[in-house]
Amino acid sequence: MALKIVKGSIDRMFDKNLQDLVRGIRNHKEDEAKYISTCIDEIKQELKQDNIAVKANAVCKLTYLQMLGYDVSWAAFNIVEVMSSSKFTYKVSCSQLQLQSVDAVLITTIINSVSLPLVTQDLSSPNQYDTGVALTGLSCFVTPDLARDLASDIMTLMSHTKPYIRKKAVLIMYKVFLKYPESLRPAFPRLKEKLEDPDPGVQSAAVNVICELARRNPKNYLSLAPLFFKLMTSSTNNWVLIKIIKLFGALTPLEPRLGKKLIEPLTNLIHRALDLLYGMVSKKNLMEIVKKLMLHVDKAEGTTYRDELLTKIIDICSQSNYQYITNFEWYISILVELTRLEGTRHGHLIASQMLDVAIRVKAIRVFAVAQMATLLDNGHLLTGNMQRNGICEVLYAAAWICGEFSEHLEDPMQTLEAMLRPKVATLPGHIQAVYVQNAAKLFATVLRKQEGTTDSLAAQETSQLLIDRLPLFVQSANLEVQERASCILQLVKYIQKLQQKEVEVAEEVTALFAGELNPVAPKAQKKVPVPDGLDLDAWINEPPSESESEDEKPKAIFTKEEPKHTRPRHTEVDEKELARRREARKQEQANNPFYIKTSPSSQKVYQDQPGVEHIPVVQIDLSVPLKVPGMPMSDQYLKLEEERRQKERSERKKKEKKKKREKHGRGRRADSGPESEEDITPAHHVDIVTEEMPENALPSDDDDKDPNDPHKALDIDLDKYVYDVQGNLQDGSQVVVSVIFENKTDHFLKSMEFNVLDSLNSKLQRPEGSSPHDGLAVPFQLPPGVSNEARFVFSVQSIVMPQKLKGTLTFIVKTEDASTHEKLDFKLHFTCTSYLITTPCYSDAYAKLLESGELKSSSLKLEGVIMPFHHLLARICFHHHFSVVERIDSCASMYSRSIQGHHVCLLVKTSNQTVSIDAKCDEPSLLGNVLDEIKHTFSQC
Amino acid sequence: MIKAILIFNNHGKPRLSKFYEHYSEDTEQQIIRETFHLVSKRDENVCNFLEGGMLIGGSDNKLIYRHYATLYFVFCVDSSESELGILDLIQVFVETLDKCFENVCELDLIFHVDKVHHILSEMVMGGMVLETNMNEIITHVDAQNKMEKSEAGIAGAPARAVSAVKNMNLPEIPKNINIGDISIKVPNLPSFK
Repeated sequence: MALKIVKGSIDRMFDKNLQDLVRGIRNHKEDEAKYISTCIDEIKQELKQDNIAVKANAVCKLTYLQMLGYDVSWAAFNIVEVMSSSKFTYKVSCSQLQLQSVDAVLITTIINSVSLPLVTQDLSSPNQYDTGVALTGLSCFVTPDLARDLASDIMTLMSHTKPYIRKKAVLIMYKVFLKYPESLRPAFPRLKEKLEDPDPGVQSAAVNVICELARRNPKNYLSLAPLFFKLMTSSTNNWVLIKIIKLFGALTPLEPRLGKKLIEPLTNLIHRALDLLYGMVSKKNLMEIVKKLMLHVDKAEGTTYRDELLTKIIDICSQSNYQYITNFEWYISILVELTRLEGTRHGHLIASQMLDVAIRVKAIRVFAVAQMATLLDNGHLLTGNMQRNGICEVLYAAAWICGEFSEHLEDPMQTLEAMLRPKVATLPGHIQAVYVQNAAKLFATVLRKQEGTTDSLAAQETSQLLIDRLPLFVQSANLEVQERASCILQLVKYIQKLQQKEVEVAEEVTALFAGELNPVAPKAQKKVPVPDGLDLDAWINEPPSESESEDEKPKAIFTKEEPKHTRPRHTEVDEKELARRREARKQEQANNPFYIKTSPSSQKVYQDQPGVEHIPVVQIDLSVPLKVPGMPMSDQYLKLEEERRQKERSERKKKEKKKKREKHGRGRRADSGPESEEDITPAHHVDIVTEEMPENALPSDDDDKDPNDPHKALDIDLDKYVYDVQGNLQDGSQVVVSVIFENKTDHFLKSMEFNVLDSLNSKLQRPEGSSPHDGLAVPFQLPPGVSNEARFVFSVQSIVMPQKLKGTLTFIVKTEDASTHEKLDFKLHFTCTSYLITTPCYSDAYAKLLESGELKSSSLKLEGVIMPFHHLLARICFHHHFSVVERIDSCASMYSRSIQGHHVCLLVKTSNQTVSIDAKCDEPSLLGNVLDEIKHTFSQC
Repeated sequence: MIKAILIFNNHGKPRLSKFYEHYSEDTEQQIIRETFHLVSKRDENVCNFLEGGMLIGGSDNKLIYRHYATLYFVFCVDSSESELGILDLIQVFVETLDKCFENVCELDLIFHVDKVHHILSEMVMGGMVLETNMNEIITHVDAQNKMEKSEAGIAGAPARAVSAVKNMNLPEIPKNINIGDISIKVPNLPSFK
């Protein structure tokens, strides 16, 4: 028998196999069609042979031809025949053919009559792969008849002992259901059971099938919701999770209660998605993204989710000093639109953004003031029921902005009136206080306007208005409101007296509020140079002696004080005290609207004020969204912005065309590729007001050259930054990155902020309380041509893999007449080498280490290294932080240690320009990466 | 449901096509051409999902693709599939190919299209995703390869000898051709568990 087979094979062994066919087709590029037709003829011959192996080979080739687009349906019968063979190999090739393309009824009958017994036989094969292939094949050519006849067999297979068969059987049931719907009812209980199968593959198959079924008739599958819910919270397979979420998408419209249950797991997912958004934004897409988010805000159910969206919008917009905002008018209107949110807890966040933008972006003030005036005018809408409303915090910002920048107000009188309405007295105390104070500022502005005209009566009427309205505030229970109100009331009364004597007072009243309040940089104090001859560490008085202090301990009057141990010396104020003071200072700064915070996002401005956080939030249904009249919609800006960019683009193109026409353009931007980030110019030139620095803080360089060209500032070549990553020996999870910044421009660079997108493994260490997206201020400024070094600490979890971190440096370029905000992207490469620390090791300890047998080994060969051996060693020592343990002739042992205590040992040998390095380490992946890096070092020389 | 899985190179030459719905050979070829035109025009940095062509599925249909070196991997799916899920699946597919062929390149796909089908059939069955765990897929593929080898046994010996002789005479043995510049780079992405 065997001999016969061998003989048969020898006869046919010069038949083409699949690879020959492929090769042949590739060699007959010119007459491919002709070649293939001869091949098809050969295949036909082969199919006529008795030998099943030959037939199988033919079928295999047919598969390939079918892919190339040749009709193979004529071979259907043979294919089924091969399928019936007892040899696994042959069947496999058949199952790949798409027999469905055989559409003749005749063939279907053949399949039914021939394949049924064959498939049934295979289905019960003891070999799981035989059964598997039969199932795969069946999935391609299930017919209603086959489905009917095989349904029960397949159902049995769903409980097969092998998970491999179970999952295939489960999947194929879907095909059976499609062709033979009656089988669904009896099969369903078993299918449901498979949702809880111990094998994750089977589970996932069952989820797949039910999701497909439920897509057509979701209501029949509502009963499975609890089961799916359990799966969703327990499964870790992404595929299954995605499917289940899709399924719930179909189910929730039918069962509203389901939505509530889903909120929690889904918001977790949404959180992750929102975090991604943060990194996605650019100047180009910011408006679009925020618009989408605003739509979600409108639709959001549940205040928690809505608040989450709100903070994300603000986070995204304000990140890295508003670097992605090209149009601040748009941003202000977004903020104003956000004030329409009922019951949000983040009123103070919106308020602080309004303040921040209005203070720092000078050009926007006119617009902002107009918006804020409308907001104040409609204040009653926002405070409909202030007991539960955190949004009234924005009125704080609105009142302050209107007061401080009142010169931009169109109708200050109206705003003044709005601020003195009796309803204001229902606002929280701290807001009332701002109202009162700023009413006085407005009063000054109004007086100036009115005294300019001849109508002196009007001015007196204004004073009367204040005198009428202020007593309400004088009665306030809030001390600050009371104090300010009574103070201002008396002032106005005095002014009125003067006015009655026809004295012009406006000038003097305005003087009360004169002077612009500029933002102060948080580190301004530090920048003040210590004057010569002042020693800050020297004692002013002799320190009291310790014994003395104990003797003179004041007696507690009411409570008995715990005896303190030794009193800390003045020089070393203990950490807690420092932290407490720092905290107090932060609080103080946070409450000061004139103080620019380190980062816009971490503002907790009025947190210490009672009330807002603790007001119970009740949700009300507001079917009609509140529209505050007269407020622009941010959408309009989006449109405008698009039009503007369109216009700009077409103009730019025109210009370029012109340029090209005027001989070959010399422009830097000869090619106008796709619109890049830099091409988007801000709508109006917004100079972000630079933070105030104390005089003579650092040698400032104001005599700049040639400020005529505004583009020059954009042309910054600061690409030279050098950095060095070094592990910290004291702490196994810290590395220090020293970055040298060199200013290669002609301009002064300041307010540099260094920010890195944290990865799961490595995180930039930021001061406590700041969010993971905040940048770190670089503690110096850079005059032209100067370089300086700054250090940043990163915490690293795993050190076995190298890593690249992306980051941005934002900075302000100061030219003579303007300051522009710029940014520079960079990458930090944390090599594994940087986690190694040069550690000496004695040869006996080294030998012991190697003998311990706990180290995994690996090796590396470097060819063509032409350098003296000691140079080579020096190079490894220098670049990769190793130390030489011992050296004998052209062989040396080296040692290094990682910051987490992994030992790395090298044995370096050299002969004839070939260097072989045998290495051992207790962490194989760390070792592999270090070796790669060593290889890289030598490939560069 | 997955309607079709297509792999073609930068010139639109099909390297693998698997349709899970019935189309005539002509339509299949048209679909491949149309898909190639839709996909090849797109920039490297734009989204990996797009609306499907007219031929396959119409509006309910989406194309999800990834471009690796010289090859496009395209999945045509309907709305019941998640784009990101499929994108991950493509990654699993390519990583599996890379494991099975050791630095997979276009030539591997040309000469061993049967094996590629094989691997694919362990991942997707009848248009439904069967397995997303790479280790599981490889285990089953390997086990079946072993079976085939042992089955070939005595009967396969002469054929193998001949095939070896044929290969010897030919200057081009697929593995040795310029693997360097056409090998598919598999970026490390977090894949399914």
